[in-house]
Amino acid sequence: MKAVKERLLPVAVKLFTKLLAILLGLGISAVVFAAYGVDPLYAYSLMVTKSLSFRGASEVLTKLIPLQLCGIGLIVAFKSGMWNIGAEGQMLLGATFATWIALFLDVPEFSRLPLIFLFGLAAGAGWALIPALLKVKFEVNEVITTLMMNYIASSLVNYLVYGPWKGAKEWGFPYTDKFPKSVWLPTIAGTRIHWPTLLIAILTAFLVYFLLVKTTVGFEIRVSGQSKRAAEYAGINYGRALLISMAISGALAGLAGVGEVCGIHHRLRYASSISSGYGYAGIIVAWLSELNAVASVLSALFMAFLFAGGDLMQVSLGLPIGVVDVFNGSILISLLVSEAFGRYNRPKWRLRLK
Amino acid sequence: MTLVRMVGITKRFPGVLANDSVNFELRSGEVHGLLGENGAGKTTLMNILYGIYRPDEGEIYVDDRRVRIRSPRDAIRLGIGRVPQFPELVDKLSVAENLAVLFPENIMSRKRLEEIRSLAEKYGLPINVDAMVYELSLGERQRVEVVKALLRGARILILDEPTTVLTPKEVDTLFEALKKMRNEGKGIIFVSHKLSEVLSITDRVTVLRRGKVVATLETADTDEEELTRLMVGRRIVQRYERKKVPPGEEVLRVENVYVLNDKGGEAVRGISFTVRRGEIFGIAGVAGNGQKELIEAIAGLRKVEKGRIIVGGEEIRTPYQFRKYASHIPDDRMGMGVLPSLSVLDNLSLTLYRRFSRMGMIDMDDLRRFAEKLVERYKIVTPSLGAPAWQLSGGNIARLILARETAMGCRLLIAVHPTFGLDVASTDEVRRTLLRLRDKTAILLVSEDLDEILQLSDRIGVMYRGRFIGVLEADEADPEKVGLMMGGVAVESG
Ligand SMILES: Nc1ncnc2c1ncn2[C@@H]1O[C@H](COP(=O)(O)OP(=O)(O)OP(=O)(O)O)[C@@H](O)[C@H]1O
Ligand SMILES: [Mg+2]
Repeated sequence: MKAVKERLLPVAVKLFTKLLAILLGLGISAVVFAAYGVDPLYAYSLMVTKSLSFRGASEVLTKLIPLQLCGIGLIVAFKSGMWNIGAEGQMLLGATFATWIALFLDVPEFSRLPLIFLFGLAAGAGWALIPALLKVKFEVNEVITTLMMNYIASSLVNYLVYGPWKGAKEWGFPYTDKFPKSVWLPTIAGTRIHWPTLLIAILTAFLVYFLLVKTTVGFEIRVSGQSKRAAEYAGINYGRALLISMAISGALAGLAGVGEVCGIHHRLRYASSISSGYGYAGIIVAWLSELNAVASVLSALFMAFLFAGGDLMQVSLGLPIGVVDVFNGSILISLLVSEAFGRYNRPKWRLRLK
Repeated sequence: MTLVRMVGITKRFPGVLANDSVNFELRSGEVHGLLGENGAGKTTLMNILYGIYRPDEGEIYVDDRRVRIRSPRDAIRLGIGRVPQFPELVDKLSVAENLAVLFPENIMSRKRLEEIRSLAEKYGLPINVDAMVYELSLGERQRVEVVKALLRGARILILDEPTTVLTPKEVDTLFEALKKMRNEGKGIIFVSHKLSEVLSITDRVTVLRRGKVVATLETADTDEEELTRLMVGRRIVQRYERKKVPPGEEVLRVENVYVLNDKGGEAVRGISFTVRRGEIFGIAGVAGNGQKELIEAIAGLRKVEKGRIIVGGEEIRTPYQFRKYASHIPDDRMGMGVLPSLSVLDNLSLTLYRRFSRMGMIDMDDLRRFAEKLVERYKIVTPSLGAPAWQLSGGNIARLILARETAMGCRLLIAVHPTFGLDVASTDEVRRTLLRLRDKTAILLVSEDLDEILQLSDRIGVMYRGRFIGVLEADEADPEKVGLMMGGVAVESG
């Protein structure tokens, strides 16, 4: 059992290892850039300078919102031992229900936006609860089910925008009609930052931290994530803890979906345009923060920087999307590998799957 | 011939000096006892020999050659085998699968199985290779660990508190096996808190105190009293006054209960008894006669097929209901009693957090203050409240669980092997604690230690094949009678 017992390094050393890892990743992608005839130093300096510009920074913050929300949600799920790979689908469900209320539901106008938020949260939570229930009731592996449900969610969205929900004024594009202005989220002038969602995202980081450290539910979630047997021994309702953590996880992803449709697109679109993999990237956000909700603000910021930087290189340097993915990928892999080295006193020969 | 010589071994952990220039020697053909209080540094010293930790200072010689042991792989290559304090097998695999890792490419063949079987038989340690590990009792798992070490060709065998999880009969079997190994010229290091065992099996004894060697003695020249004095620095008299307390209201009622084991067989077959406030009801019996299943059923962790279990007037169906009235010291400490990678604070909170909760919030300041008090009162040696529980020594983990389960009072306390792995002084303290708690609490004590059961219990139920073969009053029970009953012989009571 001592297998996973490892001592963590002091914070400074940890940050230093991460920095080294990032440098390593930059080194690897430099080779690829060079192969494409782009001076890597120029590319990197462009990325940094542009990201520090008003436009660049605002793009980073815009991407931060969904990454942060998905990431924090996943922290809660991971803490309970639920390997939720389904934030992507949960996010799309949130976006779908938001669209349904924005366009098709007959409700008083003032209540439309609050209802969108409510239903977006509920839809994400509901979508996450299905695999959670399957796990609790029948011990079905959640990695498979959450992943499968991503495909279902994205097919659903695509079906809707090509079929029944296709907009009348959209000349055959796979879009729904635009949402009424009343449900557009306000943005910071001159940017796409829908600040209410950004505010919620930051606030949620602290709330979740508080939840996990100071509340009974949070404690039960943490214990359940360690050992089902020990949780039950302590009189904790293991199933309930898993369901709650997945509901929170899904709800936050659903909220991210609401933010994207009401804050940026103002309509439902093809699934991959609503989310360019934010749900999956959220896994990395959660992981890089070592499941610390407050630290996840930093890791989300970093991921957002990579996302925005990728877009930028595509546009300014004319690099193919594949190269951009290599760039993101090599940095992330270096970081994940550095995790393994960032520990000491680790009896690695005793690593066991248990 | 000297098999192992450890010279000037020093090992520091943040805040503790676990080994302080320790000299230790193991000869071929001897069983060498290693004694010391909880946290004295025994496991650490053995972990160094087995390559799990590296010493900060000191040298190790095997066969008079200086060696550097960097990992258990190095240790195994040198012929060092270890049977860990808590079995470390993979629960969800069969015994054969667990042993397969010993062979090239992890393949188990008929021939190899045969090899295992004949080796096990040679030492009189029969194991069932087809069984799933989770089905085995802790004693059986440990036997698998011993066989595993032997299969690897160990000639230097480390046994870290091997007998805590064994029944008296299993202890005899193990000792027979150890004697055979000794006669073959193997060297055995025997870590234990049970002085009688150390005196009976070992040839020499080394005593550690706070990380330092205080003495290495010939077993023949010493006795229990001297060893205790060396370990603790004072004498301990294990005599317990059991005042009659007039029994109070009934707290636990078990009515004709049937419970299945993991394989679906009937483990408990129609047991009935009650425990009142003010009494200790002891359950004696050889492990594997349904005690585990019975206790899990009472704690709401296992389904009751037939019959009823009532605690504090409420029929128990879930662990949550049980926890409203009761505490539980489980025997599976690492798998159930603590969460090894969570902090000492979290582990102390594990079953107490509800009492510090108001409207869904845990009063962390209050809880922390309380935890600090527990650490002090129960002498839990830990680097800090934030340190993960796995860093504690075996005895300190036991103390942590004891502290948590007894500190706040409750109407029913289930104590399963409460003194497993505790040193002489702590064992004494735990027994006194149980007797003290008895005034306000109904106590159900499960132990394979006959002395413990006889010293503490007001009534004793002896379990055999899922039933009580008899229930005795304290004054009509003696070791012989209970021993016979544990073996399945019905003895006329009263
Ligand atoms: N990895 C570790 N990190 C920090 N402290 C440790 C670690 N391992 C052991 N210790 C500390 O070193 C001391 C000696 O522990 P050790 O496990 O060797 O005791 P022990 O003699 O085996 O006791 P027990 O009889 O309770 O098993 C203890 O205070 C323990 O908390
Ligand atoms: Mg120990």
